[in-house]
Amino acid sequence: METLEKVDSAFAGTSVEACYQCGKCTGGCPVAGLMDLMPNQLVRLVQLGRLEKAMASTAIWHCVSCQTCTTRCPQSVDCAGILDVLRQMSAEQGKAAPELRRVLVFQKAFLDNIRRNGRLNEVELIGFFKTLAFLKDFNIPLLMKDTLLAPQLMQRGKLHVIGEKVRDRAVVRRIFDRCTKPGKGA
Amino acid sequence: MARIGVFICWCGENIARTVDIEKATAEVAKIPGVRCAINYKYMCSDPGQAMVREKIQREKLQGVVVASCSPHMHLKTFRAAAKTAGLNPYLVEMANVREHCSWVHHDKEKATEKAIGLIRMTVGKVLRNRALDPIKVPLTKRALVIGGGVAGIQAALDIADAGCEVVLVEREPSIGGKMAGLSETFPTLDCSQCILTPRMVETGQHPNIKLYSYSEIESVEGFVGNFKVTIRKKARYIDIDKCTGCGECWTKCPSKKTPSEFDYGLANRTAIYMPFPQAVPARPVIDKDACIKFKTGKCGLCLKRCQAGAINFEDEDKLITEEVGAIVTAAGYQLYDIGKDQPNAKLSGYGEYGYGEYADVITSLQFERLSSASGPTSGEIKRPSDGETPKKVVFVSCVGSRDNAKGISYCSKICCMYTAKHTMLYKHKVHDGEAHVFYMDIRAGGKNYEEFVRRAIEQDGAIYHRGRVSKITRENGKLIVRGADTLVGEPVTIEADMVVLAAAMRPAVGVLELAQKLKLGYDEFGFLSESHPKLRPVETNTAGIYICGACQAPKDIPRPWRRRRRRRAKCW
Repeated sequence: METLEKVDSAFAGTSVEACYQCGKCTGGCPVAGLMDLMPNQLVRLVQLGRLEKAMASTAIWHCVSCQTCTTRCPQSVDCAGILDVLRQMSAEQGKAAPELRRVLVFQKAFLDNIRRNGRLNEVELIGFFKTLAFLKDFNIPLLMKDTLLAPQLMQRGKLHVIGEKVRDRAVVRRIFDRCTKPGKGA
Repeated sequence: MARIGVFICWCGENIARTVDIEKATAEVAKIPGVRCAINYKYMCSDPGQAMVREKIQREKLQGVVVASCSPHMHLKTFRAAAKTAGLNPYLVEMANVREHCSWVHHDKEKATEKAIGLIRMTVGKVLRNRALDPIKVPLTKRALVIGGGVAGIQAALDIADAGCEVVLVEREPSIGGKMAGLSETFPTLDCSQCILTPRMVETGQHPNIKLYSYSEIESVEGFVGNFKVTIRKKARYIDIDKCTGCGECWTKCPSKKTPSEFDYGLANRTAIYMPFPQAVPARPVIDKDACIKFKTGKCGLCLKRCQAGAINFEDEDKLITEEVGAIVTAAGYQLYDIGKDQPNAKLSGYGEYGYGEYADVITSLQFERLSSASGPTSGEIKRPSDGETPKKVVFVSCVGSRDNAKGISYCSKICCMYTAKHTMLYKHKVHDGEAHVFYMDIRAGGKNYEEFVRRAIEQDGAIYHRGRVSKITRENGKLIVRGADTLVGEPVTIEADMVVLAAAMRPAVGVLELAQKLKLGYDEFGFLSESHPKLRPVETNTAGIYICGACQAPKDIPRPWRRRRRRRAKCW
């Protein structure tokens, strides 16, 4: 079991101690139905310092960071922020199940894409994501998933092979540098 | 050489924890004029007071310093002790080494030093004190009661029955307050009207009670025993002495579209109206803003109809002065505004619950009117939007209460009980209906309270979900209530026909202005402050002014009823 001090520093600013388990976060969560542990249960585990169990849950990877829980919390607990920290810890310590680590791969591919282009290039994103994910676990079905949709998407003008880029990419780089600087939060 | 005794109290651990008592005692004993300095664990207790008395007599003390809590708390206690020992009580002073020292410091050495300093100053004060004799001033043996709800009515009757005159001021056209609108009351389910209306009649007819309805306090001058109160009697446009309350006027009034205050907007009333049939005084009032005569000058139907000639469109506000000796404030409460409009920036409403947007999302007080025999549906549970009987009703607790983000951190105390009552009233009338409750904790402390809640669950079949509701939306004529049941660890979605929100209790509108007129303290939420929560729970810090009812803190009906005894004893 982690010490409380350790919990405090990682979750500073989330007011995790203020949670009184009303469950409003769970009530409003659009993906709670998919979660193995409810948002309020995750917050409780953090309060108790039982991070191992929280980090190993699939729930933290189902969270879509819509911030509804944080917005409506009567105690102003940053529930979405807590799940963010849990995801980060889980990723750093390699606690998540392999199929869930794919979420992380997707997020990395997404951010790299934005860093490069300043805007999302969907074809590039799909390409990078599938390649990276395939290199991790050599999962053929994933590689082929949704490929049959491509012609249809192309036909309707939803898929642009050459994506747009912003003109001043130096600005984007500076934003990324500032956000990823250690100590300033991700 | 003066002979002063210093008595240092440990206050259990409250002072001894932070102040080195032995050191302070030794230091204080060296102050010139101090004859003796002793300490004891509880100076206010019987052995402690005995020490004070004994020392006064044996050492022939000419002055006493008690170093303990605030004089507000125990100066009277020690002055009384000194008096029995033959010392003039005004030669006793207190050095506050608890609130002003031990409670606010951590460093024992510095706190001890400060305590010694405080005692030294108080010794200096006593050295200059003179023996005083109390004087007697005439006092007016009349009381003013502000607010004619259940608390005010009971206070007025108690004082009046004790033989004193009472001036009762109520700002609404009738006394009765919120309770007059309730259906049945917990934990006995007896009818609110059967308890309250006889008392209202008694109040209206009591020879010792002078009732000013539709009136407000304009200003208050004077001091305990001799207050001069100016009362604004608002223009009613009816001479209540001439009026017989026959009803000719309001049955004929053509302006019928004003939402009724008494029914919380669930029904409409006319421009000339009686708030409710059991009103005291049973006299109507004209709402100037709704009256066609005032708006266009072209109606006056009521004037023509009135056989008694009681209607007077020329009526104006009148200022009346009354002299009283004591004031009881029973200003009451209001419900927290659930919608977006809020009285101050600290509060924010619940946009996510759709109150004000969906007609079938109502407050608990509106539900009281729906289930009351005197209500707009004569007690039948019909939802406001289409008059259908709701087959599934969701009751939501803690709407506003215990919600720091919306600005009210306290528990409103009564909602758990009345929500359980609401489920019962509903199930007794709609047998095949489902009553769902979303709650965080069930707080049912009180005689027969817990049993009452269990009855709602076990016998009447109310379904309790432990969790807060996150959002209410409307789809295909149903209210979709999204909440959680944390005991199962699942989100819960209920398709309801009606939703009842148990809104928090807040101090009534205008309590702050009243507090300023009366020079009373209030807390961050606007509830009036008592002098001491345990020792002086009905007194305020202004001598001669007392508080009772929900203007002090959220309270249920039995509570002011119990406290009245104490209040009556205190007034005289």
